[in-house]
Amino acid sequence: MAQLTFREAISRGIAQEMRRDETVLAIGEDIGAAGGVFKGTVGLFEEFGPLRVRDTPISEQAILGAAMGAAMTGLKPIAEIMFSDFFAVCWDIVVNEIAKSRYMTNGQVTFPLVIRSGNGGGLRFGAQHSQSVENWAMMVPGLKVVVPSNALDVIGLMAAAVRDPDPVIFLEAKALYASKMDVPDGDIVDTLGTAKLLRQGSDATLVALGAMVPKALKAAEELATAGINCTVVDVRSLVPLDTATILREVSATGRLFTVEENPRLCGWGGELSSIVSEEIFYDLDGPIVRITTPHIPLPAADALEDMAIPSVQRIVSTVSESMSA
Amino acid sequence: MTAPASAPALDLNAKLELYRMQVALRQFETRAYDLFLENYVKGTSHLSLGQEAIAAGFAAAMRPDDYTFATYRGHAHTLARGVPMTPVLAELMGRTNGLMAGKGGSMHLTSVEHGVMGSYAIIGAHLPIACGAAWSAQYRGTEQVAVCFFGDGSTNIGAFHEALNLAAIWKLPVVFVCENNLWMEYTRTTEITAVANPAADRASAYGLESIIVDGNDVDAVYEVAERAMTRARAGEGPSLIEALTYRHGGHSRADPGKYRPDAEVAEWMAKDPIPMYHARLLAEGATEAQLVEIELSVAAQVDQATEEAKAGPIPGADLLMKDVWADGGSAWRN
Repeated sequence: MAQLTFREAISRGIAQEMRRDETVLAIGEDIGAAGGVFKGTVGLFEEFGPLRVRDTPISEQAILGAAMGAAMTGLKPIAEIMFSDFFAVCWDIVVNEIAKSRYMTNGQVTFPLVIRSGNGGGLRFGAQHSQSVENWAMMVPGLKVVVPSNALDVIGLMAAAVRDPDPVIFLEAKALYASKMDVPDGDIVDTLGTAKLLRQGSDATLVALGAMVPKALKAAEELATAGINCTVVDVRSLVPLDTATILREVSATGRLFTVEENPRLCGWGGELSSIVSEEIFYDLDGPIVRITTPHIPLPAADALEDMAIPSVQRIVSTVSESMSA
Repeated sequence: MTAPASAPALDLNAKLELYRMQVALRQFETRAYDLFLENYVKGTSHLSLGQEAIAAGFAAAMRPDDYTFATYRGHAHTLARGVPMTPVLAELMGRTNGLMAGKGGSMHLTSVEHGVMGSYAIIGAHLPIACGAAWSAQYRGTEQVAVCFFGDGSTNIGAFHEALNLAAIWKLPVVFVCENNLWMEYTRTTEITAVANPAADRASAYGLESIIVDGNDVDAVYEVAERAMTRARAGEGPSLIEALTYRHGGHSRADPGKYRPDAEVAEWMAKDPIPMYHARLLAEGATEAQLVEIELSVAAQVDQATEEAKAGPIPGADLLMKDVWADGGSAWRN
């Protein structure tokens, strides 16, 4: 057992897979000797050398194109897009090429690749370095989308993503990079497409993702002192989506609150609300409520950013007001 | 290891095969056009009529395990790697005996077993992807080469430049082939490009030799291809080749190509690669009977492929939800 930060868990997860399989390679900007701008790849260059941990130019299309070409010819690349905002300059490779080619070719090619990216706000970086883009990826057929919320899940889900034969977008909440937890020694391998029940209550179900998970847990603690007992589900994987766990936990309490960092429109909670309404409408005791960032670009100033992204206080007040209405 | 100054000379039999391939590509594309007019080929199609020598010359210089990356104008590059006519024609017609069972269509021809790693319909996108296949070959130590074909219009998109730079710094075994047919869709390429030769004049920016070849001369194409492949296999890095050519028709099926001056069309029709090669082979000792035999046997092949494609079943609903994922399915939830 060792205490690991979220960022240390990333390099441990990658190293675990690179030791196991020499076709696993890592590429990206500054990921080599520099260890990554967020220090998520520290130690990999030293252990695996420049042929397996390869620095690239600031050429996001080249990074993901190279990852795709390598994946379709026998390798398992892990490519880094430093900030998920930068997906906007290479989204063609992700959406038109990686996501579609297996289907278009009637299954002739497979893409065992992972695209890691720093996602979301909280670091006061302003609108072009703080977006939550999980909904961009979720809406594209052919992409799997994983968003871990803690160091243990980072390692296990990274292993699962690398071993999966399909392309996986692996979003790392930047706000969580410094968070710590105790992690067991030895190899850790998790399962894609599984949500995790983190807390069980009888009154309401909070479904959260990524950096919103610790906030939902904290909010649940506060709500409990006010007599509102909440279930908290960590979605972890948007595609495949563990609707079985989510629907079961929403049915059990009769109330669903989503906690989403993405801007309001077309966030993952909208899709979840639709599924819940279609399939377990008569189990609901009240309206589904989505707690999201407003539909705005994220501001830079700390005071403004804190108002925009769902906070523990906003979760607590939204849930308690809705439950007493 | 240094590349030889010139490629090994082809003997007459090899040249007859190059002739056969060019005739096959010509007759196939002509038939594809006819089938479009008869409404058998749906959607869009971008033909390689007039550009056959590039596909034939490069394919002849490639090893069976080398990789081809083509564009939406990719019928010729697919066939040149040995993919039979029937599945290609059936793919254009949306039949289950198509190369991808009708799921890709004219612009996405792929046959991994022949090294055809895809035809890409977003301009420039496949250049970085070809870099990835070359990177993989380099890492695995297989001496495979990735050959990436694209049009003159692709040289003005960012992915072209990202790919050239990456290939140069990583010394990747990739050969970039610009088929400069002078027209970017409906616009003259020199009018929208900062330099006269859209690929060759950019080569020096990536530390590469400026190479221009007559893309209508299959022998010249073969020679330049052989040199670039040898260089790539020897670990000496990428090449960028600009092959000058001309499409006999418009950009796509919707385009009659009226914007091209008559004199220019006439000048290039006189440089049609196939009659030119026909004359050369006669001068080099082939007989007219040999060449006619090739033309007739190709015609029979195209007729047979047409019948087989037309007889192909229409895809059913069983194909619709298949192969989004490697497990063969498309489930996004449990």
